[in-house]
Amino acid sequence: MEFRYLPMTETDQEEMLQTIGVSTTDELFSDIPSSVRFQGELNLKKPANEYELKKELTEMANKNASLKQYTSFLGAGVYDHFIPSVVDHVISRSEFYTAYTPYQPEISQGELQAIFEFQTMISELTGMPVANSSMYDGGTSLAEAVNLSAAQTKRRKVLVSQAVHPESRAVIETYARGQNVEIVEIGLKNGLTDLDHLEQELDDTIAGVVIQYPNFFGQIEPLQKVEELIKQQKKTMFIVSSNPLALGYLTPPGEFGADIVVGDTQVFGIAGQFGGPHCGYFATTEKLMRKVPGRLVGQTKDEDGVRGFVLTLQAREQHIRRDKATSNICSNQALNALASSVAMSSIGKHGLRKMAALNMQKTRYAIEQCKAAGLEIVYEHPSFNEFVVKLSNSVPAINDKLFEKGIIGGYDLERNYPELTGHMLIAVTEIRTKEDIDTFVKELGDING
Amino acid sequence: MANQEFPLIFERSKEGRTSYSLPNLDVPEIDLNAELDDVYVRKTPPELPEVSELEIMRHYTGLSNRNYGVDSGFYPLGSCTMKYNPKINEDVARLEGFSHIHPYQDPKTVQGAMEMLYDLQTALKEITGMHEVSLQSAAGAHGEWTALMMIRAFHEANGDFGRTKVIVPDSAHGTNPASAAVAGFEAVTVKTNEKGLVDLEDLKRVVGNDTAALMLTNPNTLGLFETEIMEMAEIVHAAGGKLYYDGANLNAIMGYTRPGDMGFDAVHLNLHKTFTGPHGGGGPGSGPVGVSKELEPFLPKPIITKKENEYVFEYDRPQSIGRVKPYYGNFGINLRAYTYIRTMGAEGLKKVSEYAVLNANYMMRKLEKAYELPYNQHCKHEFVLSGSRQKKLGVRTLDIAKRLLDFNYHPPTIYFPLNVEEGLMIEPTETESKETLDGFIDAMLRIAEEVENNPEVVQEAPHNTIVKRMDETTAARKPILRYYK
Repeated sequence: MEFRYLPMTETDQEEMLQTIGVSTTDELFSDIPSSVRFQGELNLKKPANEYELKKELTEMANKNASLKQYTSFLGAGVYDHFIPSVVDHVISRSEFYTAYTPYQPEISQGELQAIFEFQTMISELTGMPVANSSMYDGGTSLAEAVNLSAAQTKRRKVLVSQAVHPESRAVIETYARGQNVEIVEIGLKNGLTDLDHLEQELDDTIAGVVIQYPNFFGQIEPLQKVEELIKQQKKTMFIVSSNPLALGYLTPPGEFGADIVVGDTQVFGIAGQFGGPHCGYFATTEKLMRKVPGRLVGQTKDEDGVRGFVLTLQAREQHIRRDKATSNICSNQALNALASSVAMSSIGKHGLRKMAALNMQKTRYAIEQCKAAGLEIVYEHPSFNEFVVKLSNSVPAINDKLFEKGIIGGYDLERNYPELTGHMLIAVTEIRTKEDIDTFVKELGDING
Repeated sequence: MANQEFPLIFERSKEGRTSYSLPNLDVPEIDLNAELDDVYVRKTPPELPEVSELEIMRHYTGLSNRNYGVDSGFYPLGSCTMKYNPKINEDVARLEGFSHIHPYQDPKTVQGAMEMLYDLQTALKEITGMHEVSLQSAAGAHGEWTALMMIRAFHEANGDFGRTKVIVPDSAHGTNPASAAVAGFEAVTVKTNEKGLVDLEDLKRVVGNDTAALMLTNPNTLGLFETEIMEMAEIVHAAGGKLYYDGANLNAIMGYTRPGDMGFDAVHLNLHKTFTGPHGGGGPGSGPVGVSKELEPFLPKPIITKKENEYVFEYDRPQSIGRVKPYYGNFGINLRAYTYIRTMGAEGLKKVSEYAVLNANYMMRKLEKAYELPYNQHCKHEFVLSGSRQKKLGVRTLDIAKRLLDFNYHPPTIYFPLNVEEGLMIEPTETESKETLDGFIDAMLRIAEEVENNPEVVQEAPHNTIVKRMDETTAARKPILRYYK
């Protein structure tokens, strides 16, 4: 069998063995005790040639209903947005995607500068002065923020709104358990965080408060009111998880006194990919700059005074500080941060507001059409690109019928909120046309009866 | 070649220029601000660039030309397994049926994706010899922490709350002690002996009824196989601890031995190392975790199982540590790894390890003439040299690394592992030809000569790069982490 990734020839092998002074490659493995030597051949599928494998995997891909074939109203943290063509052309340049972490700045200025630009864009969007080079995703970034608040305040309790993405909350739970941090959930009031409950729980033992903006139901949480409550506790940190696209239209959390702002840049140039890889961002204050998890790129000069970029403040990181590091993160999502940078550059300063507004306009239209069709809209606060309808049947049953009509329906809220039976979370992005929305609402109305 | 500044994308920006092409507003326009409290309406737009589409391409093409990847040249970065990233992997990951699917679609509508994940799990179980595998962890360090959380849950489920320590060799990657700390453990160090292996006597000294686990890379970061692995397993297991395998170095042993057969209870793999996921300039990666039968109930949820002819997500896992990541892991990277495993099969993967080890030993024997080889024995997929001879002549390993840039090579990992003075950690991988190895060997030997005859040329390197050595001290002392107009 030939293997096109392996350039070793028989002659090479003979010459190399001679240099080493052994007669077979097996001798190089003689240090593996025979008791643990694997006998025989691994039980794997036979190797496939390139043509055959592409065919096989294309067939496998075709077994999936893609968002290109179906009209999707599914969001709940992963969104079907327009991706400019430039994005894939840039990230397909192998000088980027086949490179390692830029530890050698002299030959990595491209990557370092691209990350510096990413940090700048995230800082602009969130209204925070410092942003890192990326995290795995919005959920783990939020969990790191929770643990950072506990470490920084030396307190062991964090309040998390139930209007935060349920899977992010699940990730927080796991991370917090690792650090023996207690999570107290703050309940809901009509689709928003219950501020009375928040006020009751807030005291001088609370390390941080976590709010999602817009929240999991698409509703725009009143950050100003939350800020007023948190401000009464001096050390308590205000942690906001934000869809960065929404920040093209909404006042950034930085203007409401947020200490840490996190989220996912999947909305900028990253396809859904069944949930990953996406790209977390992490933004914070200057005060917390030296506590940030993950890599940071800083601007500096070379010996000749030429501007350049380097990985910096590495004393926070695991490869220097080991068990005293602020996080164990090493690999991040650099290539996806690059994709988002290209998308943000393409959308640009004015395009961003326009794109955010398009999401809001089309969502408002969908809400009005649903109402006109007799569907019950559950929460009527201002929303970004998602809203909740209450249906007469279970959401999976309705989605099955929508699917037959070529539509991927919304998210079944009962999965995480048992009290919300028959509640569907519907997402409407800029790429849904009036016709898509009209068809969807008509079918949904018909099925709902 | 030096003195080439490159403008930031913000510096190319000009008011009024656009690159966007957004869908039309085809619904009746309403006044959005009528219902939204004015305090939540953004007043100052974020300063994103205003550039044309060509300017974007020129900018990023320019940046790519200022970068260096495996496709640019040899990248013998020890412990990072910088092998070739196959192009079919990239094509497959971009198939719409894989790239444009939503994690919350009805599983019935994504059976192809789930089949792939299930098959990948099955293959990784076979390669590692573990009982079950989860693909949820996003990267190596994330996988380490996931497995440690499981080990913690296992001990706690046994009512054993006194196991607060995780033992880590002094040669370990920094993520090991960091992951232990994030999982709530205290990291304690076990020493390396004169042979470059874990010192069994020291292990016996540090192990005890407070030991939760020993984290081990095998072959270790010196590129040496821990020959006394079964004895170590016995010591740790006898004390009630678990044995954890850091899969960073799996590229050396595929088809030769398996962590499960060596007595490991949990492993993580770096699919972006051994299984050709591209490093992407730092990520994304994927760090699946494999476990023994005993630890299986603690796996993150959901897990993917097969019921009759259908793949399903199983959430009913009462002892699970919960979620470590939203959704199901870095699917796109897992897909690339799967494509690679299907390309290579059992025969190919064994050859991968065979040639990775042959290449490393060949280079080691060629280079030991000019550089100190602290541990003189057959290595596995990588080896560590010391620049101690050169240091005596006033040239540091950092200088040697910078001088390699002038020959258009990415330098090896330097000053790691920490227990080798002036370390140079070299991992050629199996995808490099003998000619490439010989070219690099020649450069290294020439640099060794320069150190003796013309040290300045090494000390002042690099000479041919677009920028010279950076002032990292000022960067850290007065950090500039973003651009201001």
